Amino acid sequence: MKENKSKLRGLFTFKRKDLCIPYAVFLVLFIIIPILIIVAYAFMDADGHFSFDALVSFFATPNKTNVLITSVFIAIQTTLLCLLIGYPLAYFLADKKVNKNAVLVTLFIAPMWINFVMRTWATRDLLYMLGIDGGTHPYLATSIGMVQNYLPFVILPLYTTMLKLDKSQIEAAADLGANPVQVFFKNIVPQSIPGIAAAATMTFMPTMSSYVISDVLSEYKITLFGNYIHLDFSSSLWNDGAFMAVIMLILVGLTMLISSRFEKKTEVRGGQLW
Amino acid sequence: MAKKENCIISLQGVTKVFDGTTVVDDFNLDITKGEFVTFLGPSGCGKSTTLRMIAGFETPTEGKILLNGEDISKIPPYQRPINTVFQKYALFPYLDVYDNIAFGLKLKKIPYEATDKNGNKVTKYRHLTREEIDKKVMHALKLIDLEDLENRDISTLSGGQQQRVAIARAIVNEPEILLLDEPLGALDLKMRQDMQIELKEMHKKLGITFIYVTHDQEEALTMSDTIVVMKGGEIQQVGNPTDIYNEPVNAFVANFIGESNIYNATMAGKLKVKFLGKVFDCVDDFPVNEKVDVVVRPEDVKISDDLDAYKNDLHGKIISKVFKGVHYQYIILVGKNEVECRTTKDFPDGSEVAITVAAQDIQIMKKEFTKNIYTDAWIDKNNKLVIGDDTFDVDVTQLLPGSHVDEDLYLISKDGKKYDLDDADVIAEFGLGDVEIIDGEDNGNANGTIISVVYEGDHYSVLVRTEEEEDYVVDTPYTWNVGDLVSVKVDPKHIKLTLKGGIEKYERE
Repeated sequence: MKENKSKLRGLFTFKRKDLCIPYAVFLVLFIIIPILIIVAYAFMDADGHFSFDALVSFFATPNKTNVLITSVFIAIQTTLLCLLIGYPLAYFLADKKVNKNAVLVTLFIAPMWINFVMRTWATRDLLYMLGIDGGTHPYLATSIGMVQNYLPFVILPLYTTMLKLDKSQIEAAADLGANPVQVFFKNIVPQSIPGIAAAATMTFMPTMSSYVISDVLSEYKITLFGNYIHLDFSSSLWNDGAFMAVIMLILVGLTMLISSRFEKKTEVRGGQLW
Repeated sequence: MAKKENCIISLQGVTKVFDGTTVVDDFNLDITKGEFVTFLGPSGCGKSTTLRMIAGFETPTEGKILLNGEDISKIPPYQRPINTVFQKYALFPYLDVYDNIAFGLKLKKIPYEATDKNGNKVTKYRHLTREEIDKKVMHALKLIDLEDLENRDISTLSGGQQQRVAIARAIVNEPEILLLDEPLGALDLKMRQDMQIELKEMHKKLGITFIYVTHDQEEALTMSDTIVVMKGGEIQQVGNPTDIYNEPVNAFVANFIGESNIYNATMAGKLKVKFLGKVFDCVDDFPVNEKVDVVVRPEDVKISDDLDAYKNDLHGKIISKVFKGVHYQYIILVGKNEVECRTTKDFPDGSEVAITVAAQDIQIMKKEFTKNIYTDAWIDKNNKLVIGDDTFDVDVTQLLPGSHVDEDLYLISKDGKKYDLDDADVIAEFGLGDVEIIDGEDNGNANGTIISVVYEGDHYSVLVRTEEEEDYVVDTPYTWNVGDLVSVKVDPKHIKLTLKGGIEKYERE
């Protein structure tokens, strides 16, 4: 009798881990299954049989590999430019004397609130007014658009890292004889590596796959990897598109792996005693 | 202050003001080469700020810091031959032990003689070579006993090991002065005691000046050549550990350094002081009738159970007995006061004992009045404050936020609980300027005689003593005559009350 009762209660007791169920369902339905479908499609021919056609077609078409190389290059270039502009900016924003109540940060983050496509079209018109139209300077226009679009994603993680900088380490470096420039390169930069890694990941991954920016700003003159996938899918080349999506997945996975290594290595703080 | 010989660093009138708050006030100190100096005080006393000004992280608002006679107060930290061991070590987690220690050496440039193309001798600067750095780092690692850990990650070290690395990282640069900002604070007791001895030995071996900041009096007494006791941004006393312990200049220092019995006392005659209800002989000469603080160290309290032999001395009852290893620690109740005593003699708990204190063991200190405090005041049935024999109007609702007094004089709390404050023991406080002196008797709350009138620059400090020997210290712009009979009056809104114990015991149904 007692056993029955507890069994019954067990059926209705709510455990904390049950809170994960909605997400687990979502994860399986909309992330895991679609990924599996993509992988399956990548290794199938149009009739649904297992084949390496898509793989062969990808590596045999110089056009496709070139687009991949261009995309990686633009992604790296955008990431570096964003870091170069965003790092010093975040450093000054984190200074309480310059940025008294974080209003300035909001100002730099604000572009993220505007619709992405609308913003890109606005950039196009703005660049046109400046004489950098997609027709004549497709590469320059795309580069500017990319940096403009992803800068907030760099500023935010760097800004949070800068706020958490260990002031006593900075003082220690100065105390040991480092002048302000040396303090910056020998302490502040190493201290902010987790932030740099996070910022780089947040820029590199989406730039790899973005295609709206290059479409709009280069007036379809520059084709990125994302464009190609989009193109294949929209022209019903499901298997070729899926294979390129898998390549993208691998690249993104690699980026994550690299950046997580950085985070692990620098996360250790002097806080642990014993 | 007289100029010391061999003075390496001299702080002259150093003052630091943060946002209108004076954190360090007119700090004057000369430190001799090779000395181990400790800044000791409670948190917020300005000791760390003073250290940070010597290190160069803060610039003094006023005053000069002379290093070997040169003012360095405006020079940035990286140009000072001074290194710091930080409170939380501040090691670089992205570097291993070796690179942490080598950090300063790699930045250092040393002068050397060179001949230019015209054959003239010129001084040039160069970085240390790898071999030179290696030799110094290894030497430092040996000094801190961590020779095998050079390639370890900082995060894999224990707190004690991190501490040693922090010390090595500083001393490897051969600074003229080593600053240590509460470096042992994060270690456990045993480790701390070991490190104290090691630091002291390191100081002897290196021969450089150590300036050490701590709030731990035992640490200060163990290691220092000189202790600087600070409070509220001001130096209270400078001296060697023995002097500071045996001859504290005021109650603050006495209380801060070691265990002590501190009593309110009155000078009862020439070299006679009255406390615990009895007159003692003493060696400090203070004006008769002056109210003073008396310090007696627990180990200087002598007790005996032979009550007849000491029948003219103080008698009390042992209310607590704790065995401390080498000695017993007793608390003896004498009248209303407690006397702490340490002795190797064994007496049963609860027994009556006689207490004697030798004249040279009674340290008398000038009392510094910042406010009038009455620790044995109470509330009468009319909700008035009684100090000695005199009653004062007072606002009792301050004892319980949001309360009010009903028509039966009960205190009613916010949630309707009823309290009867009749006979409640309280501590009453009011400022020196909140007391008014009125000519003649019976014009205020209490009557008294003016004992002293001291002119303090812009006002007079007047001491009024009642028949019950309660003192009222009054800051007033007017002068009064010693010996006059006067009344004192205190505005109820300036009287601050603190209940002794919880309010629960006064609750009524």
